[in-house]
Amino acid sequence: TVFWTESCLFLFCVQVQCGDFPHLLVYGPSGAGKKTRIMCLLRELYGAGVEKLRIEHQSITAPSKKKIEISTIASNYHLEVNPSDAGNNDRVVIQELLKTVAQSQQLETSTQRDFKVVLLTEVDKLTKDAQHALRRTMEKYMATCRLILCCNSMSKIIAPIQSRCLAIRVPAPSTEDICHVLSSVCKKEGLTLPQELAQRLAEKSGRNLRKALLMCESCRVQQYPFTPDQDIPEMDWEVYLRETANAIVSQQTPQRLLEVRGRLYELLTHCIPPEIIMKGLLSELLNNCDGQLKGEVTHMAAFYEHRLQLGSKAIYHLEAFVAKFMAIYKKFMEDGLEDMMF
Amino acid sequence: MQAFLKGPSAISTKPPAAKERAAAGSSGEGKRLKPIPWVEKYRPKYVDEVAFQDEVVAVLKKSLEGADLPNLLFYGPPGTGKTSTILAAARELYGPELFRQRVLELNASDERGIQVIREKVKAFAQLTASGSRSDGKVCPPFKIVILDEADSMTSAAQAALRRTMEKESKTTRFCLICNYISRIIEPLTSRCSKFRFKPLSDKIQQQRLLDVSEKEHVKISGEAVSYLVKVSEGDLRKAITFLQSATRLTGGKEITEKIITEIAGVIPKETIDGLLSACQSSSFEKLETVAKNLINEGYAVAQLLNQLHDIVVESEDFTDKQKSAIVEKLAEVDKCLADGADEYLQLMSLCALVMQQLTQNI
Ligand SMILES: Nc1ncnc2c1ncn2[C@@H]1O[C@H](COP(=O)(O)OP(=O)(O)OP(=O)(O)O)[C@@H](O)[C@H]1O
Ligand SMILES: Nc1ncnc2c1ncn2[C@@H]1O[C@H](COP(=O)(O)OP(=O)(O)OP(=O)(O)O)[C@@H](O)[C@H]1O
Ligand SMILES: [Mg+2]
Ligand SMILES: [Mg+2]
Repeated sequence: TVFWTESCLFLFCVQVQCGDFPHLLVYGPSGAGKKTRIMCLLRELYGAGVEKLRIEHQSITAPSKKKIEISTIASNYHLEVNPSDAGNNDRVVIQELLKTVAQSQQLETSTQRDFKVVLLTEVDKLTKDAQHALRRTMEKYMATCRLILCCNSMSKIIAPIQSRCLAIRVPAPSTEDICHVLSSVCKKEGLTLPQELAQRLAEKSGRNLRKALLMCESCRVQQYPFTPDQDIPEMDWEVYLRETANAIVSQQTPQRLLEVRGRLYELLTHCIPPEIIMKGLLSELLNNCDGQLKGEVTHMAAFYEHRLQLGSKAIYHLEAFVAKFMAIYKKFMEDGLEDMMF
Repeated sequence: MQAFLKGPSAISTKPPAAKERAAAGSSGEGKRLKPIPWVEKYRPKYVDEVAFQDEVVAVLKKSLEGADLPNLLFYGPPGTGKTSTILAAARELYGPELFRQRVLELNASDERGIQVIREKVKAFAQLTASGSRSDGKVCPPFKIVILDEADSMTSAAQAALRRTMEKESKTTRFCLICNYISRIIEPLTSRCSKFRFKPLSDKIQQQRLLDVSEKEHVKISGEAVSYLVKVSEGDLRKAITFLQSATRLTGGKEITEKIITEIAGVIPKETIDGLLSACQSSSFEKLETVAKNLINEGYAVAQLLNQLHDIVVESEDFTDKQKSAIVEKLAEVDKCLADGADEYLQLMSLCALVMQQLTQNI
C-alpha cells in the first residue's frame, strides 16, 4: 500500500529508533490517516504487542468528589483516550489519568523502552483549562511518558502546547493515492474495480480516504460486477442538504424560512456537525448566486459560524445565516429587475 | 491492511546505523542515561546558564549571595526560560536535599482552587524554615512557593492568594509565572516584582543552537541556523526541538533549509503565491479550489496568517489602503480562529476580502 507523506513518515520512523523523540502533535484533515500512522509508530516502538488492545472503563474521582466515567483503549505499552468525552471535566481526566500513567512503573520489564506513550485524540476539542493542565505535566514526566496529541485544527491548540511538541502535518491523500488504495483494497477483497470508477470515486471523495472507502462499499452493495459509469450513491444527508440549499434559492419568504428551519433541525438531530452544515450550505449557495454576491455570502457564513462556536445553540446561527442570505439575495434580484425595467 | 502495517518496518530497518544510535545515547554524561529529548537535556541547571534574561538573573544572583528575595512575577511568551530560571535558582539556593522541603511547586496540572490555596499553601507556608543546610552552607530562612502557569488560576483563587501572601510574608516568597500578565489580578501584580521574559534575540538563540549542535555532533551550516531561528520566532524550546528532529531526519547528513521548512510546518512560498494569484484572478471558483487544497494539505491557517502578514506588509505590489484593509482582516480572522471558528470558512472569508481589495480598487 502507498504512503503519500513519505517524508513525514520517514521522520517518524527514524526518530523512533532513538528513544529521545519529543512529544508529537499530529494534525491534518479528517480521514487523512493520522490514527493509522500513529499506530504504525507505536508498532515500531514496541512491536506487535501494541495491537493487543483492551477497552477499559475508568472511573475518576474529581476533587469535588464527582465521579467521571471515561473509556480508554490500552495495550501493555500505550493508552489511548479522548479526554473531550468527559465534556467540561476534561481537565480532571488529564490531571488524574496522566499522572497515574506517568508515575506508575513500566508494566513489563522485558520491553526495551523506558517510557510509555499516551495518545490523546481530538485535542482541539479540549477546553483551554485542560490544555493548560497538560503543560507542566508534559515537561515533568518526559522521561517516563511521551504524549502523542492528535487533532484536526491547530488553531485551537494554545501556544504553550504547540511550543512543547513537534508538530507533524499529515496531508490528505491525493486523488491518485486514493485510486491506488481503492484498487488494492478491492483486489484483496477479490473484487475487480474498473480504473475509471476508482478515479470517479476518488474525485468525489474530496481527498477523504475514509469517505472513498465507504462509497466504494456502497457501490458494491448497489451493483456488482462494477461498471465504469455506474451511479455512485451519495450520502442521504448530502442530498438533503443540497435540496435545502435549493429551497433557499428558489423562494425567499417567511414561510420558506420556517420550512428550512425544520430541515436544519432534521440535520442537526442526525448528528451532522453544524460547521459541516454551514460549509455545505455555503458551497451550494455559491454555486447558485451571482459573482458580486459571492464575497458577501462567504463573509456571512464565516461570521455566523464564528458566532455559532461562541454560542450554545447552533440552530439560531444557522437560521440567522439563512435569513440574512434570503434578504440579500431577494434585494439583489429585485434591484436587478428594476434595472432591467428602466 | 496487513501489508500496510508492514510497510514502515521495511523502511525503518535501514536508518540509522546502530553506531549512530549508540553515539546519540551516550553523548550525554558518559553513562547510559534514559533517552530524553534535547529540550529537557539542555534545560539550564544554574541561574548563570539562563540566556538573555539579564535583569532577573542579576536579582536572583544577589539573593544567592544572601540578599533578601522579593515576591516575583515572571511573564512572557512560551519557551523563554521562565520555569527553568526559578527552578534553577531554587535548586541553587537550597541544594538538592532541602529543595523538596522548601519549595512547593504548583502548576496548572495541580488542583488549584480556593480550597487548595487556603489549605495547602497555608500549611506549607506555616512550616518554619531555618537558615542553614545540612551540608553546612547557609541558605535563606524562607520557603518558596512557585505558582507556575498562573494564567489558568481562577480570579477567586488569585484573590484567596492575596491574604496568604501578606500573612506569610515573613517565611515565604511567592513566584508567579504566566504568559499573559493581564490574566493576573491587579492586587497580586502589585505585590510582586515583575520581570518580563523577552523572546530571545536571534544572536543568543543562534549561539545556544550552535552549542547544542556541537555537543550532539550535528552538522549544520550558519545559514541553516539563522533560518531555524527565524522560523521558531524567539521560542528557544521550539528551536531546539526542530534541531533535534532535523538531526534525526537527516541521519547524520547536513541539515538544510528545506528540511527545516518541512519540520516547522512553514507553508512553501509557491503555495502562498498560488493563493494570492487566485485572489487576483477574480474567479471565485478558482479561489474555492485553492483554499480547499490548502486545507487538505493540512496547513494551519494560523501559520498562513503569520506568513501572509509578513508578505503583505513588506510587499510593494499593494497600496497602503489595501494593506491596511487586509491586515485588519488578518487580525479579525486570527481572533475568530482563537475562538474556535472553522478554518476553511475563515480562510475563504479572508481570501474573498483580499480578492475584493485586489480586483476592485485598482
Ligand atoms: N496508507 C494507507 N493505506 C491504506 N489505507 C489507509 C492508509 N492510511 C489510512 N488508511 C485508511 O483510511 C481511513 C482513515 O484513516 P484514519 O482513521 O487514520 O484517519 P484520521 O486522520 O485519524 O481521521 P480523523 O481525523 O477523522 O480521525 C482508515 O479506514 C484507514 O484504514
Ligand atoms: N533563556 C533561556 N536560556 C537557556 N535555555 C532556555 C531559555 N529559554 C528557554 N530555554 C530552553 O527552552 C526550554 C523551555 O524553557 P522553559 O520551560 O523555562 O520555558 P517557559 O518560559 O517556562 O515556557 P512556558 O511559558 O511555555 O512554560 C528549556 O528546557 C531550555 O532548553
Ligand atoms: Mg482519528
Ligand atoms: Mg513553564
